[in-house]
Amino acid sequence: MSHALAPGLENDRSASDLIKADFLPRERLRQVQDARLRNMVRLGFEKVPLYRQRFEAAGITPDDVQSVDDLSRLPFITKEDLRDAYPLGLFAAPMSEVVRLHASSGTTGRQVLVPYTRADLAVWTEAMVRTLTLSGVGPDDVVQNAYGYGLFTGGLGVHYAAEALGAAVIPISGGNAARQIAVMRDFGATVICSTPSFFLQLIDRAEEAGVELRGLRLRVGVFGAEPWSEEMRQRIQQAAGIEAFDIYGLAEIVGPGVAGECSVHRGLHVLEDLFFPEIIDPASGRPLPDGEEGELTLTTLAKQAMPMLRYRTGDITALEAGECPCGRTLRRMRRVSHRSDDLFIVRGVNVYPAQIESALLAVKGTLPHYQIVLTEEDGRERAEVQIEVTPDMFSDRIGVLEELQDNLTRKVAQAVGVHLDVRLVEPRSLARSEGKARRVLDQRNRPG
Amino acid sequence: MKFPQLSVFIENRPGHLIVPCRLLAAAGINIVALSLAETQKYGILRLIVRDWHKAKDVLEANGFRVSVTEVLAVQVQDRPGGLVAVLEPIVAAGLNVEYMYAFATKMGDEAVLVFRFEDPDAALQALKGSTVAFVDTVDLFSRSSRA
Repeated sequence: MSHALAPGLENDRSASDLIKADFLPRERLRQVQDARLRNMVRLGFEKVPLYRQRFEAAGITPDDVQSVDDLSRLPFITKEDLRDAYPLGLFAAPMSEVVRLHASSGTTGRQVLVPYTRADLAVWTEAMVRTLTLSGVGPDDVVQNAYGYGLFTGGLGVHYAAEALGAAVIPISGGNAARQIAVMRDFGATVICSTPSFFLQLIDRAEEAGVELRGLRLRVGVFGAEPWSEEMRQRIQQAAGIEAFDIYGLAEIVGPGVAGECSVHRGLHVLEDLFFPEIIDPASGRPLPDGEEGELTLTTLAKQAMPMLRYRTGDITALEAGECPCGRTLRRMRRVSHRSDDLFIVRGVNVYPAQIESALLAVKGTLPHYQIVLTEEDGRERAEVQIEVTPDMFSDRIGVLEELQDNLTRKVAQAVGVHLDVRLVEPRSLARSEGKARRVLDQRNRPG
Repeated sequence: MKFPQLSVFIENRPGHLIVPCRLLAAAGINIVALSLAETQKYGILRLIVRDWHKAKDVLEANGFRVSVTEVLAVQVQDRPGGLVAVLEPIVAAGLNVEYMYAFATKMGDEAVLVFRFEDPDAALQALKGSTVAFVDTVDLFSRSSRA
């Protein structure tokens, strides 16, 4: 299978050339998807023993998959499968053709090793060029790339694409908030790429340092690698005077660049010609129609070193069809509100951090730094939501703080259906992550 | 007179109160008056210091949440009935005291009361018509300054 290379690599295709794929008529897109899928299925069957075993167990051959309509006949592949296959079990290309190795960030357990051939890197750069273009990033921009460089895909994924676009890249990587602020100001950054939780830290730090973010040249933020909410977007946009875009991706599929928001901000366009999305019922595995919420499942259509066929992402979202005012024909996925594995269970009740977030937002209108700590005393489970006191929460009057705490406790209980203690804590007392925010700290004594 | 008062959020756990106190000490800031309000989980340290801008900067730079509130400082006779004499005009004006604290000065037989009102200006007006004596800035800091 051949795939055109991205600018800045071997073959000089301009960004304007690449984004044509965003506007393909649906029938044409469908032909591209079907042709690529057939290649992908054959590659998986021929090169990856796990796929062959699964196909044979299901009684199917590559010829049974002629179009994306046949996808539902294929078995799923899960994060567990990838862990079991660690490190090299799903490689479809020999190491002589592999030119880069990344790893998933290991948010939910052991990491997964992800190989790229040179053509895979070109696909990734193409995907990220298109995604950054969605966010309005162009050759005139100065991109401060605060995603971590290294095994994590965020740093290099943004880096090469921004360079390919002709933007000036500041490869600052994550961490060191004070330095980030100084660099942002002195280098005249117009675009910031980071996790949304890290950018919230930058907002706080800028305020402490007396730097007015709204007065800087920064105009666009591209935020991803963790779920965030519309309310967080509002807070970020207001505090920093920028337009905030959601970007989606995962190492197992390619890294960042699977989907991104356009300036209409009504969901993230999935680059469907490269990554085919399905929404399934997480319990039954049954495919769900557009508009219904379920678990996002992705099939790579143009990856050589590790083809993914029906990979269950664990991310809960829905797909929206229909034309976008921006003119793109690509379907949009709703912002990922939570992951199926973010779930924690307190006294038998299922709770998602996203529910707690919405409760916190409902009380003060902004999202403070928070953490959920699960403990166990004498066999009784306790969950405590620790919230760092923000300037607009704090008062010199105990009565006001007590009322706030009661209000938060009530709202959280309403949102999740079980009582969680709420504790106000000092600013900066909760652990900060440079990458993905870690919301749940489980200190219960559990067998296993 | 009205004075700016700093309030600092502190968790109610061993070793937490001393941290802001150490920071102020290191910055050479003397605490003129203070009160500590506590709940089971956290407390509010309220401070009056001469250079409150500097104190606020130092505390915030070290991650503390600090708010500034205007409070009134008045003199009270250090004898039975002294506090009643101050409270009477407040009650007469229908004002509610949000909270208050007292401290003794090094001179004379007077103490100083610090009042927090919802509307400090309204309280100031109400008290101006009474015999209550206000403490002014020079007065407050000279009384408390070390010899």
